[in-house]
Amino acid sequence: MIEALNIGLALLVLALGAWTVVARDTFAATAGFLAYGLLLTLVWVQLHGVDVALTEAAIGGGLTGALLIRAAAKLRKTETAARAERPGAPTRLVAALASAAVTVALALAVLALPDPAPTLAPEAMANIAATGVGNPITAVLLAYRSMDTLLEAIVLLFALIGVWSLAPDRVWGGRPGPLNRVDPNGILAYFARVLPPIGIIVGIYIFWIGADLPGGKFQGATIIAAMWLLTIMAGLTDVPPVSRTWLRVLLVLGPAVFIAVGAAGALWAGAFLGYPDGFAKPLIIVIEAALMPSLALVLALLLTGAPERAAA
Amino acid sequence: MSAVLDVFTFAAVTAGAFFYLAGTVGLLRFPDSLTRLHALTKADNLGLALVVLGLLPRVDSVLAGLKLVAIWLLVLLAGAAASQLIAQTVIRRRPEP
Amino acid sequence: MMDSAILFGLCASALVGLGVYGLIVNPQPLRKILAFNVVGSGVFLLCGAIARRGAALGLGGDPVPQALLITGIVVAFSATALAVAVLLRLFDETGSATLTADAPEAPTSEAGAK
Repeated sequence: MIEALNIGLALLVLALGAWTVVARDTFAATAGFLAYGLLLTLVWVQLHGVDVALTEAAIGGGLTGALLIRAAAKLRKTETAARAERPGAPTRLVAALASAAVTVALALAVLALPDPAPTLAPEAMANIAATGVGNPITAVLLAYRSMDTLLEAIVLLFALIGVWSLAPDRVWGGRPGPLNRVDPNGILAYFARVLPPIGIIVGIYIFWIGADLPGGKFQGATIIAAMWLLTIMAGLTDVPPVSRTWLRVLLVLGPAVFIAVGAAGALWAGAFLGYPDGFAKPLIIVIEAALMPSLALVLALLLTGAPERAAA
Repeated sequence: MSAVLDVFTFAAVTAGAFFYLAGTVGLLRFPDSLTRLHALTKADNLGLALVVLGLLPRVDSVLAGLKLVAIWLLVLLAGAAASQLIAQTVIRRRPEP
Repeated sequence: MMDSAILFGLCASALVGLGVYGLIVNPQPLRKILAFNVVGSGVFLLCGAIARRGAALGLGGDPVPQALLITGIVVAFSATALAVAVLLRLFDETGSATLTADAPEAPTSEAGAK
């Protein structure tokens, strides 16, 4: 029974992936991509990776899909001109051959995977008591490979700086996105007043529970970012200009605290980002609490894009 | 007792799946955007309610059951808001009769 | 019947292939970004299948690759956001969203002070 479900899921995912690639209308392709991301979440649950499923649903399907739908809506006018450039049969043949070659190579690699599979689970679980968290993925993210998480937060900041630097000179440092004028008594304003309190609680819950159960700060920060974006879309708040000092301080706060804890670890525990004995859990909580607002801000601002209006 | 609960779960989830199927048939067969929206929202909300009802006997704790009900309420809220927004857009773009 | 990890590993290989096809065939940059995301999610799924096979000690999967995949999904999103921002700026400057052979004219000071 489970095999039938898995096979059905795999076929659906392949069909949606094909639709995303070959659909004529760009908007339809992006909508298909959103559904594809949500189906991938189910696939991840079947692969017993619940944390990754949460991240895929929040960031892979949700945020990326919303970003691409926004872009597709803005680029709607170029649709007819772009469609005239469709490639001829030779290009398609070469592309099909390349794609078939890549597929076959990867499939052969999958079928030739070593059995029994090598795994780091025993090592991860052997030392998990010292980290103070119960979820092994959180332990990997914030204790064993905390350097990767620090660099990931910094990469997000760099991407945001890159996006901001694409503003035209006349609106440099201004507000991203258009001014949303929405009926204050309409359904969107109502929705944006009812959902954010619930969403913020759910986001903080998912962040807090990530220490021992599937969850974590990326998933929680995405939900909080989505709530902020909802209030922006409903016109209840406006995006702040990107030159505001408090915004930039909040953005840098997370990685800065992370680096400070790492430097303190270099002094007291002998290695950058090492945790002194018994202090692992409190330090992890401090890092995560500082990273949450920064992450939520970065994810929301990456979605709103480069500044379009001059700072008032 | 657990056999009765199993039968209840099976019946409720099957009924929920049937309503989802009905909603999708409505999506494919109705002529107009507004009628399709109506079919999708009503049938899918009822289908989800039946699925959640069917899964309630299988949860481990009251908190998990409450979470399932909360999921249903949130989907109801999102579905209502989204269908209203889509309907407003459809009416606004309709050519004047 | 087939192990779920192997099944989804093969599905992931097919997704990467589909994405490569879309990357080469579609002329519009937004469609290429979309196809690139399909390739990315296929690669992540492949690593997920490998993580599933490393299940031991009552865990559902090897936690180390899964944690690295979370990092990967977030970084892929940030790369997509940057690519889309570049594309939208190209659209603002030249009015078209395709990459033609002619380079756009260098912005004059008048265009910058608009």
